[in-house]
Amino acid sequence: MSMLSVKNLNVWFGKHSSRVDAVKSASFEVERGQSFGLVGESGSGKSTILRAITGLAPNWSGALSVDGEAIEKKRQKAFYKTVQMVFQDPYASLHPRHSVDQVLSETLHLHGFTNIDARVVKLLDDVGLGQKFRFRYPHQLSGGQRQRVAIARALAPDPTLLLLDEPTSALDVSVQAEILNLLADMREEHGLTYLMVSHDLSVVAHMCDNLAVMRNGEIVEILDVEALRSMQATHPYSQHLLQASV
Amino acid sequence: MSDTQTLRQWLLSETPTSRRHAKLSALYQGWLSLRANTMAMIGLSILVALVLVAITAPIISPHDPFTQDLSNRLAPLGAEGHLFGTDSLGRDILSRLFYGARITLYIVALVALIAPIAGLLIGTVSGYIGGITDTILMRITDIFLAFPRLVLALAFVAALGAGIENAVLAISLTAWPPYARIARAETLTIRSSDFISAIKLQGAGPIRIITKHIWPLCISSLIVRVTLDMAGIILAAAGLGFLGLGAQPPSPEWGAMISEGRRFILDYWWVATVPGLAIFTVSLAFNLLGDGLRDLLDPKAGE
Repeated sequence: MSMLSVKNLNVWFGKHSSRVDAVKSASFEVERGQSFGLVGESGSGKSTILRAITGLAPNWSGALSVDGEAIEKKRQKAFYKTVQMVFQDPYASLHPRHSVDQVLSETLHLHGFTNIDARVVKLLDDVGLGQKFRFRYPHQLSGGQRQRVAIARALAPDPTLLLLDEPTSALDVSVQAEILNLLADMREEHGLTYLMVSHDLSVVAHMCDNLAVMRNGEIVEILDVEALRSMQATHPYSQHLLQASV
Repeated sequence: MSDTQTLRQWLLSETPTSRRHAKLSALYQGWLSLRANTMAMIGLSILVALVLVAITAPIISPHDPFTQDLSNRLAPLGAEGHLFGTDSLGRDILSRLFYGARITLYIVALVALIAPIAGLLIGTVSGYIGGITDTILMRITDIFLAFPRLVLALAFVAALGAGIENAVLAISLTAWPPYARIARAETLTIRSSDFISAIKLQGAGPIRIITKHIWPLCISSLIVRVTLDMAGIILAAAGLGFLGLGAQPPSPEWGAMISEGRRFILDYWWVATVPGLAIFTVSLAFNLLGDGLRDLLDPKAGE
């Protein structure tokens, strides 16, 4: 059974005349343990799909199911224990007044964990930050360190599906590689399933098994990473995208 | 000496070892940067002095502020035993000034407790929930904003009766709408940010998000606004006192003292000028401190 199934997903913003259809009947499946990439230009609706899955974009129709269970409009607490998200900009996704410790222990508290102290220590070690960062505030951290904190937060409830919204696009190149390797390690260690949004084809080629190419809110083609590497896209837009990224 | 050295090092440690340590360290660093701001420190020391004067008023006052001495009325500045002279009933102005500091602090403290808290509650709830709640709450705010502050306060005092408590209540009722506006504006920029989305994805409810995630970010701008408004609040209280609707005679409220001295302002200028200078100094101190706090509390200014 697939970990995530998206069928005929439509997402829109605004009402009546100002309605904008951000995603139009998108369908794809992500198998358990797989890493699936969504690529496309800015505004093609990649991130909107993630926001619809997590419930941050409230106007959607279609059928979403995680691990065989259909997602209702009102997400249950158990949903957030299964599905977590890492945001694009680590400078915006951490509360400026909360220390790393506060961020992680509040997350653990919300998910009903008990031995919070020990878990915070373990999470920090897992993402390669260590104890000395525990009581730091976001402004005392670099971009890469912040993104590690954001990843630790996403991993805190022990999710099985991780949604990655361009997790490295706000970081400089050397740090990008570190974060991507960390994500790859985490996936192996925890048996995670990834749904990753990126506009960087080399990142997707490095991280993903399959990918969907999006344009203007529609999925134009789904191909596997071998096809991507050998530049064998069938749809003219995908071909164009591949050409452009070489 | 070595003890203080290690305490300082402990407080400035880059790697705090516990939550309490991290909090104290953050506080100490805030204090250090406030201390580096000379103007803010001047404001703060004036206010500390005001508090000390208010507490020790019975000890440091040379005379009883209510004892009249009609044979020695309107004594000039520097008169024997009366540094700032005496008023129209022969009461020592310096002593009345000291006791008046208590009333000023009382007004400031009460208004600072009521108005910003009411504004914060209404503003954040309105901004976060949005929709029809937002519309209703903001129209109520608009109605309060539409009245000139002193006129509305006058109406309240007229309805509730003259007196310092009612003056405070009236000032608070007219002072909260700007705070609600600020809190709402802050909330609107905060609520769509990624870190609020992130905590929503942990299953946090609206009450937790508002109190633990939005309030801490609104409070700093509110504190700044409150300190900057304090001058206006002291003046409004003085204005009500001046109109006879605030503190009642023989209370040594500074505004009431000016109102009394107004009758002799040409011949005996110091009777109105000395409490006026006191109001001016305290207002200035609040403004200086507010300015310093704004530099300090801006969350984006972190190093």
